[in-house]
Amino acid sequence: MTTSIDSDLLTITLAEGRQRLLNGEVTSQQLTKTFLDRIAETDDDIRAFVTVTAESALEQAAEADTLLSSGDATAPLTGLPIGLKDVLMTRGVRTTAGSRMLDSLVPPYDATVVSRLREAGAISLGKLNMDEFAMGSSTEHSAWFPTANPWDHERVPGGSSGGSAAAVAARQCIATLGSDTGGSIRQPASFCGVVGLKPTYGRVSRYGLIAFASSLDQIGPFTSTVEDATLLLQAIAGPDPLDSTCYDEPLPDFSERLDRGIDGLRVAAPKEFFGDGMDEDVSAAVEKALDLLAANGAIIDRTPSMPSVPMALPVYYILAPSECSANLARFDGVKYGYGARGGESMWADMEATRQHGFGREVKRRILLGAYALSAGYYDAYYLQAQKVRTLIRREFDRVFAKHDVIVAPTAPTVAFRQGEITDPYQMYLNDIYTIPANIAGLPAISVPGGFGEGGMPVGLQFVGQRLNETTLLGVANAYEQLTQWPTFPPGIVGST
Amino acid sequence: MPDADDTRFTNAQVRHLASLVRIELTDSEVEEFRSELASILFHIDALSEIDTTGVPPTNNGADLLNVQDDDASVPAMEREQILANAPQREDEYFRVHAVLDQS
Repeated sequence: MTTSIDSDLLTITLAEGRQRLLNGEVTSQQLTKTFLDRIAETDDDIRAFVTVTAESALEQAAEADTLLSSGDATAPLTGLPIGLKDVLMTRGVRTTAGSRMLDSLVPPYDATVVSRLREAGAISLGKLNMDEFAMGSSTEHSAWFPTANPWDHERVPGGSSGGSAAAVAARQCIATLGSDTGGSIRQPASFCGVVGLKPTYGRVSRYGLIAFASSLDQIGPFTSTVEDATLLLQAIAGPDPLDSTCYDEPLPDFSERLDRGIDGLRVAAPKEFFGDGMDEDVSAAVEKALDLLAANGAIIDRTPSMPSVPMALPVYYILAPSECSANLARFDGVKYGYGARGGESMWADMEATRQHGFGREVKRRILLGAYALSAGYYDAYYLQAQKVRTLIRREFDRVFAKHDVIVAPTAPTVAFRQGEITDPYQMYLNDIYTIPANIAGLPAISVPGGFGEGGMPVGLQFVGQRLNETTLLGVANAYEQLTQWPTFPPGIVGST
Repeated sequence: MPDADDTRFTNAQVRHLASLVRIELTDSEVEEFRSELASILFHIDALSEIDTTGVPPTNNGADLLNVQDDDASVPAMEREQILANAPQREDEYFRVHAVLDQS
């Protein structure tokens, strides 16, 4: 097979790509064509994309090249190809959220993050696969097809942003955006061996993000380096008049502490994040990471106790289904998306719409949420979960009074095999170490932390103080520089 | 680990929940959800053992209060673009089954 793929370009970062474009060593059209060809060659196996927008990508690349050649490419991501989770509204481009319910939705507007990336000059290659309405941890709950893990095609890429993680690991895009409600950026980043950042709740506008659980949802980047995650965060973050849950604060320069190092850094490793259910290979990798941090000047403190943290998972499985049962009430088959017709009444049509439009996992969570919110159970479940949420937040506050970051595994295991987990609660346990940051609204990042069973990547998670992504990114970058774990499977460099 | 109480829900309760959220379920779905909901709630029950006396609830991950916009008009989306996504339309309306019983 003849190929135009230049493997040198495939492993490029956003930062390197920016330099090479500015230096005239490569054009945006070459870069965009390279990644589109890569998608064409690999996506029959990986299946990361629901929609590829090749034509518009090449048009945008031509425009970017005009700007670059005239010296007007001031926008920081000019001409760099990225991908978007299919939960983000894209004007004129089909947006499905992985659901039959939105099979035919062509949004009339862009999500704020999408328009910000466009203003920053980035080129979208298309929309990435996900668990339906972002509910799941394996991307097996997509209504369309499962996505493969690029490191081992028999395994899942994690979820719900599995397509976004797999596309970066398989080098189908330089970087992508995903969303994280209980770990949906960090867990797939861990499973696919890439960097995944969940910013502080309220840091990034959710306008145009199809809502799952509004008190938890946050948008963030997948990249192959921490520096690239910093660049993308800088482009998408900040106040937005269209999202009243966004912090109305000027943005810091998120790259300010990238080179600060970790000497004297106060790192907490609370025992509740190193508990039951963690596989030995993950535990071994994380212990090695802690030793490395300590050897390079970080002060690791294993004494903090956060007794309410194990309650984060039950809290999540009350709050998220409750919020989703309200958010997903909008899918009624009237205004957009799938609508069953021919029933004997409007209600019959609506009930049939929701029966056929939603998949099993979504229906289960809507029912669970309806139960937790129903008369007689509200105080025992929903209100109690909100109170325990307060306790969890306070424990984080106490730890952060004396520490700069918390370190933990991202997930208790490496990527599991397709079809391996069928019990819903077993699947939910994947997120035990990621959910606490969502419950408390804190920024958290997963970075490659070595390898475990079957040569699969292990993710190391850092959780930071509210609105202090700058320190979080500095720590993550320092660890990355100390290790330089590969962020894509062998065989990409030099392969044709 | 003890097992979940499989009799926690009846099929009628699951059907009632489904009617509240306007989802039609098949008989086999009712049976599966009955068992799965009991299993999930079994793991969630530990929440009730936490002492939350005097603890206020947290509504969201931030400390945000209400935000108010200036009372100014802004361009709305094009009607045609919105209607183009309707499952069924008639002229400039969304078309649905008659809502009110005409008998």
